[in-house]
Amino acid sequence: MATQLLRRVLGSRSRQILSTTNPNPNLALPIARAFSSDITPITATLFPGDGIGPEIAESVKQVFRTAEVPVEWEEHYVGTEIDPRTQSFLTWESLESVRRNKVGLKGPMATPIGKGHRSLNLTLRKELNLYANVRPCYSLPGYKTRYDDVNLITIRENTEGEYSGLEHQVVRGVVESLKIITRQASLRVAEYAFHYAKTHGRERVSAIHKANIMQKTDGLFLKCCREVAEKYPEITYEEVVIDNCCMMLVKNPAAFDVLVMPNLYGDIISDLCAGLIGGLGLTPSCNIGEGGIALAEAVHGSAPDIAGKNLANPTALLLSSVTMLRHLELHDKADRIQNAILSTIAEGKYRTADLGGSSTTSDFTKAICDHL
Amino acid sequence: MARRSLPILKQILSKSSDQCSPFLTPTRSVTYMPRPGDGAPRAVTLLPGDGIGPLVTGAVEQVMEAMHAPVYFEKYEVHGDMKRVPEEVIKSIKKNKVCLKGGLATPMGGGVSSLNMQLRRELDLYASLVNCFNLRGLPTRHENVDIVVIRENTEGEYSGLEHEVVPGVVESLKVITKFCSERIAKYAFEYAYLNNRKKVTAVHKANIMKLADGLFLESCREVATKYPGIKYNEIIVDNCCMQLVSKPEQFDVMVTPNLYGNLVANTAAGIAGGTGVMPGGNVGADHAIFEQGASAGNVGNEKLVEQKKANPVALLLSSAMMLRHLQFPSFADRLETAVKRVISEGKCRTKDLGGSSTTQEIVDAVIAALE
Repeated sequence: MATQLLRRVLGSRSRQILSTTNPNPNLALPIARAFSSDITPITATLFPGDGIGPEIAESVKQVFRTAEVPVEWEEHYVGTEIDPRTQSFLTWESLESVRRNKVGLKGPMATPIGKGHRSLNLTLRKELNLYANVRPCYSLPGYKTRYDDVNLITIRENTEGEYSGLEHQVVRGVVESLKIITRQASLRVAEYAFHYAKTHGRERVSAIHKANIMQKTDGLFLKCCREVAEKYPEITYEEVVIDNCCMMLVKNPAAFDVLVMPNLYGDIISDLCAGLIGGLGLTPSCNIGEGGIALAEAVHGSAPDIAGKNLANPTALLLSSVTMLRHLELHDKADRIQNAILSTIAEGKYRTADLGGSSTTSDFTKAICDHL
Repeated sequence: MARRSLPILKQILSKSSDQCSPFLTPTRSVTYMPRPGDGAPRAVTLLPGDGIGPLVTGAVEQVMEAMHAPVYFEKYEVHGDMKRVPEEVIKSIKKNKVCLKGGLATPMGGGVSSLNMQLRRELDLYASLVNCFNLRGLPTRHENVDIVVIRENTEGEYSGLEHEVVPGVVESLKVITKFCSERIAKYAFEYAYLNNRKKVTAVHKANIMKLADGLFLESCREVATKYPGIKYNEIIVDNCCMQLVSKPEQFDVMVTPNLYGNLVANTAAGIAGGTGVMPGGNVGADHAIFEQGASAGNVGNEKLVEQKKANPVALLLSSAMMLRHLQFPSFADRLETAVKRVISEGKCRTKDLGGSSTTQEIVDAVIAALE
């Protein structure tokens, strides 16, 4: 009882005390929030994006409001001119806002065609140092695909590997492309994968590789994964060759739990898993950056042909916002919203056009709010 | 009455055509006309290999004998842990020009000096072909799958040029040349033309690897202009994998560089029934090696070898492809018909297809189904 009195007296001071004793700076803020009695809202950056982006962002805001999630949105839009400080259409202020808030939600952005500027996704990735892409893939009950028992997470290294962009023409007709694997990046993504598995109660981490052919590069990646695996003895660690992995994924996806992979394999496997559960319109995704930054995003396109018509499916962005809530350790709110989404889709009464129904975005959102 | 009789007539006609389904009729309406002397027995190098290799190549030998096919095998022992493929094996393949191979295990440190890659490099087998299709009677999650994956076999990501720049930083070179891209594109379109295929899809990641995969795509586009009757389109590899698991019927022939081909072939094999039933082979300008199409990087586990329950269907279908390559088409047809009949009847199936038969039982069933 004395400790409870102390906590109430100290009130906001408890946040400072907890933050100094907590060794992991990434988790200090959420733990402090859990203890303080009046919850100050968390500011999060929101990029509505283009095309159907604004409509589905509105959906997310509505659901969060109904569920009383303590998140305040700071909206930023893609500019119409190239900002010289970032060499792209994203302004320096937008990036600073994400760095400050440490969480963000991004809708689909269409990169304008042209030269002289970096693609928007590349800008975000480089400036915020987003090193891991996390995609939880689970079968949505009620939306029937050929696979019913998918429940896996793909964690993909996002900065190096085959996508380093270092290519050159040696002589006419001969092109070389460099694939780079570094110890630092591999350790970083392996650490995150095991940390994720531990905090989300997952039992097995599989590293996907082609080290029998690319011995040094994928061999280094595997060595780093093995080192991190030793620090987490309660989690089973295995290594799977990528062709075996592809085949097993299409035959029996329930055999996998958490997958950690370098850049190219991650790209292919995460899209394959998205295909298993019904496509990019239903898949959440979250990018993790240095310093605990999490930028959840919807990976589908901006669908300019249905923009503004209230026909878009907000599921991907909603599930991504759930991933963001889990990163913020607001697990009960995340579970409530996730269950509401899943039961709405399972019921089948309100479904948008791409799921085979005929509801509008606003009807679908209202149905989810009713389920909360 | 005329309106009602039309559907009834259609039903009767469809029933009668169902009963004489093409591969169950004993007589054929096509005759192949050989040249005098074509029936002379041909020598084929046989490499049983490791793991389930000896089991399944033994199955092929038995079936060939039962058919009295004009091939005789020159067997050579090659194992995955050898440093190099023995000289005599290479000489024999160069003499016979055709080889049938079980699996060769690649040890974990094997790298591009793995024996499979060595054989492909020495004999310049630049095209690897895997035919993934639904077998009648074998239930899978996907229907209407009939994909041929043609994969460049010599360069790309498997060039084996890796080095450590500084401790903790490793580089691997992916090499794409116009010469190799052009010849694989030519092979793919030629294959499509000779086998009445309607569409060729190039699989790439040129939005990220602009120069490397861009060169590959350029070569494919150039060759496509020479075959105006065949449709050509391009698809990015991650979208391709997603489409393969949701709508595989849209793909026909796919031409890919080395690594993507490996993944796409194994994915396509997985959706169409598993790696135990897909035939394939490696072919070059002068030589050809036939083997199980997609092997998912392993040669079977020890339990399969002990219990003798490996699936010989893939190698039997590949040996039918080999018989056609050797210009014995009617033997190939008989073998394929027998194997497909055994699968469709469903009584004899190995563990990976959901049954519990042994290899020998399948072989006996196939021999019994031969006419």
